[in-house]
Amino acid sequence: MTPVIQVEHLRKACGTKVAVDDVSLTVDRGEIVGVLGPNGAGKTTTVECIAGLRAPDAGTVRVNGLDPRKDGPVLRERVAPQLQESEMPARIRVIEAMELYASFYADPADPDELLRDLGLVDRRDVQFRRLSGGQKQRLSVALALVGNPEVAILDELTTGLDPQARRETWGLIERVRDRGVTILLVTHFMDEAERLCDRVMLIDAGRVIAEGSPADLAARVNQQTVRFRTTTPVPAGLLEALPGVAAVVVDGGHYEVRGADVAVDVVLALNGVGIRPERLTAEQGSLEEAFVSLVRPVEV
Amino acid sequence: MSATSPQVLARLTRVEARLYLREPIALFFGLVFPGLLLVVLGLVMPWADQPFDSTDPVLSQITAMTAYTPIVLALAIGTVAYSTFPPMMATYREKGVLRRLSTTPLPPSRLLVAQLLVHLASLLAASVLAVVAGVVILDVSLPTQPALVLLGFVLGAASSIAVGCLIAAVAPTTGAATGTGMSVYMLSMFFAGVWLPLPLMPEVVQTISRFTPLGAASQALAAGWYEHRFPGVELLVMVVWTAVLVPLAARLFRWT
Repeated sequence: MTPVIQVEHLRKACGTKVAVDDVSLTVDRGEIVGVLGPNGAGKTTTVECIAGLRAPDAGTVRVNGLDPRKDGPVLRERVAPQLQESEMPARIRVIEAMELYASFYADPADPDELLRDLGLVDRRDVQFRRLSGGQKQRLSVALALVGNPEVAILDELTTGLDPQARRETWGLIERVRDRGVTILLVTHFMDEAERLCDRVMLIDAGRVIAEGSPADLAARVNQQTVRFRTTTPVPAGLLEALPGVAAVVVDGGHYEVRGADVAVDVVLALNGVGIRPERLTAEQGSLEEAFVSLVRPVEV
Repeated sequence: MSATSPQVLARLTRVEARLYLREPIALFFGLVFPGLLLVVLGLVMPWADQPFDSTDPVLSQITAMTAYTPIVLALAIGTVAYSTFPPMMATYREKGVLRRLSTTPLPPSRLLVAQLLVHLASLLAASVLAVVAGVVILDVSLPTQPALVLLGFVLGAASSIAVGCLIAAVAPTTGAATGTGMSVYMLSMFFAGVWLPLPLMPEVVQTISRFTPLGAASQALAAGWYEHRFPGVELLVMVVWTAVLVPLAARLFRWT
């Protein structure tokens, strides 16, 4: 099966700055693939090349086997990008925008049904300028889906949403995927990627630095974080001396120990000096920690 | 429906027209202002129904307001072409409306066409409103050469909108489009005789005016309205402005 999106050795400079140095990625039909990375890593530029908004300096981009720069008219029918910093005219009503965009496509979805799915029914006749930030985001998702696309490119779509709205949007994305839409999701929220993505790519300084399922990437780091409380002071140096411990943070009676596979050793050592840790928690490595450990330190 | 079908353009134009009607300031200046200016001047100024210039063989035959009517039509053209249209397109660019549209199957030029249709409709309505108000309320005389007035109006609209397109094409921000548009607007008002009617201006100003898009429009309209001459130079000037600026604007236009 040919991938829906195939990018090979993409390179794109914006002025003198190389935004994308060497990015290769594939997205198969029906997948949700996440593109993660710090600000300025080249995520949006990559997505814009895939959407045909920018011409790559080098490398190839294929969507459904077609070149977005050359076969734009065909692809625009099937690929819907939800872009950062794209607004609607200030005074257009929600339903007017939806019906207008629906009219551009050969086989559009029902605007009212999408508005219902996105919780915008009661905003149907409201002008764009009167929508809240979250409602604008949801409208832009609705507009991306109104053409019944095969591929949806969602660029930081939950940025600026409150936690409740983010969760609702996640549910929506899963429903969209269940309809068979392939989704490329640009995000810098780790929990979002962990929840939604079949695979993620970490991009940093214009290159793919890691790739895999969120669980795979998280497993690459065997970091554990152990937190507990005790009224009896822990002897100085006891925890620091344990094998694998990278850091110990003490704040009053609260302790936080980080390191590779440290949980059991911490408990045993405390037990050895007769301390019973209270409110003990141990956290396994997360995608977020993988991200932090893989991305180059920020130069100051 | 296919995105290239005329129905899509019709729907887009209807939506753009509704958006235009929801902008109170644009609506006032684009639609009402020219007629209002004519009527207020006509009712307030004591010289309004006097002969425009009793010493001149042509100008003694018409009232001051009849002389001012073609000027008001030029004002209507300038208002739409310089002050309303360029900022609207620049806002669409700045807010990413154009960018978002360029990712849909809609050919991007359709938005430009829809915008031009809406602004032309507004200009037409404003002009009819001004002339009807002038004739009914101020007893303005009708043009002696209506076909020539129509031709001058069409070419005047074309050449001034071409200037507006150039501003819309290159202005990087809404602020720049508004600033440039208003500067051109104010200057054009001077050369079109809005501040001071052209026949009262020095010969040299009248000559310069003849070579500006809106000045040429104003003089061609005046020629068709009450002078008994054919404004060949003015018409040619407007054709040249249009022929030069439209391809230039098309070449320089940026969607993002």
